Amino acid sequence: MAARLAQHGPDGGGAQPLISVRGLGIRFKTSHGVWQATRKLDFDIAPGERVGIVGESGCGKTITGLSILRLLPNNLAGLDGSIMFDGVDLASCSTRQMRDIRGRRIAMIFQEPMSALDPVFTVGHQIAETLRVHTGVSSEEARAKTLDMLRRVGIASPERRIDDYPHQLSGGMRQRVMIAAALICGPQLLIADEPTTALDVTVQAQILELLRELSETSGTALMLITHDLGVVAETCTRMITMYAGEVIEDAAVDDALVKPLHPYTSGLLRSLPHLSERRGKLASIPGRVPSIMDMPNGCRFKARCPYAVDACDAEQELRDAGGGRKVRCARFAELDLPGALQHATTAPIAAMVAQS
Amino acid sequence: MTADAHSIVSVRDLQVRFQTTDRRATVKAVDGVDFDVRRGETFGIIGESGSGKTTIGRALVFLLKPSAGAILHDGIDPLALPRKQFQNHRRDYQIIFQDPNAALNPRMTILSSVLEPLELAGQGTRAERLARAREAMDRVGLPQEIGERYPHQLSGGQKQRVVIARALTLRPKLIVCDEVVAALDMSIRGDVLNLFADLQRELGLTYVFITHDLAVVSHISERVAVMYLGRFVELGPTESVSERPLHPYTQALLSAEPRPLPSSMRGGERIVLEGEIPSPIDPPSGCRFRTRCRYAQDVCASRVPDWRELVPGHWVACHFADRPNFSPN
Repeated sequence: MAARLAQHGPDGGGAQPLISVRGLGIRFKTSHGVWQATRKLDFDIAPGERVGIVGESGCGKTITGLSILRLLPNNLAGLDGSIMFDGVDLASCSTRQMRDIRGRRIAMIFQEPMSALDPVFTVGHQIAETLRVHTGVSSEEARAKTLDMLRRVGIASPERRIDDYPHQLSGGMRQRVMIAAALICGPQLLIADEPTTALDVTVQAQILELLRELSETSGTALMLITHDLGVVAETCTRMITMYAGEVIEDAAVDDALVKPLHPYTSGLLRSLPHLSERRGKLASIPGRVPSIMDMPNGCRFKARCPYAVDACDAEQELRDAGGGRKVRCARFAELDLPGALQHATTAPIAAMVAQS
Repeated sequence: MTADAHSIVSVRDLQVRFQTTDRRATVKAVDGVDFDVRRGETFGIIGESGSGKTTIGRALVFLLKPSAGAILHDGIDPLALPRKQFQNHRRDYQIIFQDPNAALNPRMTILSSVLEPLELAGQGTRAERLARAREAMDRVGLPQEIGERYPHQLSGGQKQRVVIARALTLRPKLIVCDEVVAALDMSIRGDVLNLFADLQRELGLTYVFITHDLAVVSHISERVAVMYLGRFVELGPTESVSERPLHPYTQALLSAEPRPLPSSMRGGERIVLEGEIPSPIDPPSGCRFRTRCRYAQDVCASRVPDWRELVPGHWVACHFADRPNFSPN
């Protein structure tokens, strides 16, 4: 495991992507007809890279993560496009091939660790299960590796904790157990769907730190799905913004925060209350996300966009904006949109720490 | 016991205890909290889950009875009022919860939900009540035709507006807002926070804003209290608390908040707390934060820190908060 992981460092960008999603469309059958949950998604994740997928509820970010592992609900009507992972198209490969990749080479953790863990088995059993299924190691070896993994995810006295049941652990410890189970086979990609949303802010800080550190030391790429731009800023190097089932912006995190190219990204950044600023009027994005049953033609954000013009009625493609950035906006080149900086001019904590 | 003349709410040594289901232990959800809420201000309470902040909110509007201590509304103790008067009195003190889906009856139209408090209070004629309900909906920016719809036909932001309209119909003096934007999408949050600010200006409302979200609380509040395991550890003007926090817990909380800023602006080392909040059944002796505090000394285990006003208006419960060099680094 270590040997394979050592091959790809965190600076694997520019080389062959680890995973390459092209034209991904996910459709569902419902009693109201077929719903298109995502459309024409294009993005890559490089080996060892940490990418945040950001968007509001219903934008398709969770379903995109699930589609990579083909963990899709029964009412799936179809998957369009391709998800290339090491020469295999995950969108069309056999169930058998998928099963070999799932859990071993690509793993996933979810928001609510309590519902992801089985209450009637010890945490040690559940972590070792992945290992036994995929590698067929002896139970002694599995236990030793599980102990080692529990230690790596920061669980104190793992010898005691390994035989605990999930209900005996706190929320933060359960999420650590989930991370241990996800990483025990040394996957190349970890998909984390809102992994800290159910946790308190001080515990969230611990878990994000852990994910970043494990990704750096083991070279596991991270796809972090979240609605929280702060979480992405602290954890990821690149940020993909989704809106109404489409990727609308793809850029290095710092670039997107300082100078967003899409009016939606800019609107989100300006609508966030900041620690350092009080009582001002928060910017807000008028209106609401269009219904999945009634998507407008052309740009899907145009009805809420202060910069919309006639050109936005035309179908928008995700276009190369230079500097490794992509954006789905007809006017990106002429607009100069405000980012996070216009908002927060003082950073009290940073100042405080710098002082001492 | 005296209450500040400007206080709409005075809380004195408030304690709320619950029995565990097996009745073997007592959870001290709130364990000795003192504060005043001034008329017209927004008073924020931040804390993590299990800190007791929601229990305080419920006690403030007497959805829970204090186990000990007192809560005065405008200088009077509502629990001492005769039943009928107590019921009338409560209308001035409303509460709004996090999840508008749970707060709205799915089988009632929006207009009947907004009308219900007025009907229960039996105020005015039917026409007057209708007018009041429509006015409240108008004030929160809901078009009248929404009145005919049912909750499932509305977006999350619209539903929270309905809940706010419903709380406004009785023209309260104070509203306790318990995590009111936590369930809303980020692009909607700004809108709802703006609405709260507008309503406060127009109607002279007082808010107690309870949340785990530091950015939200510091945006909306004049003063803020930080709660840990049933007690306040710090209380002061928002700028002062967020820019010069005196308690190590507040410092850790502020530094743990993920900030949507580019790396060059975030700067600074992050204080990562060890472990998690201990159980309120058996809280640590002395200072309750000592088990996670990097400055903890022997005295922290033996003596409960005093609640001291170190800077005018800025209170803290820490033995070492006034030492020089006591800063997060």
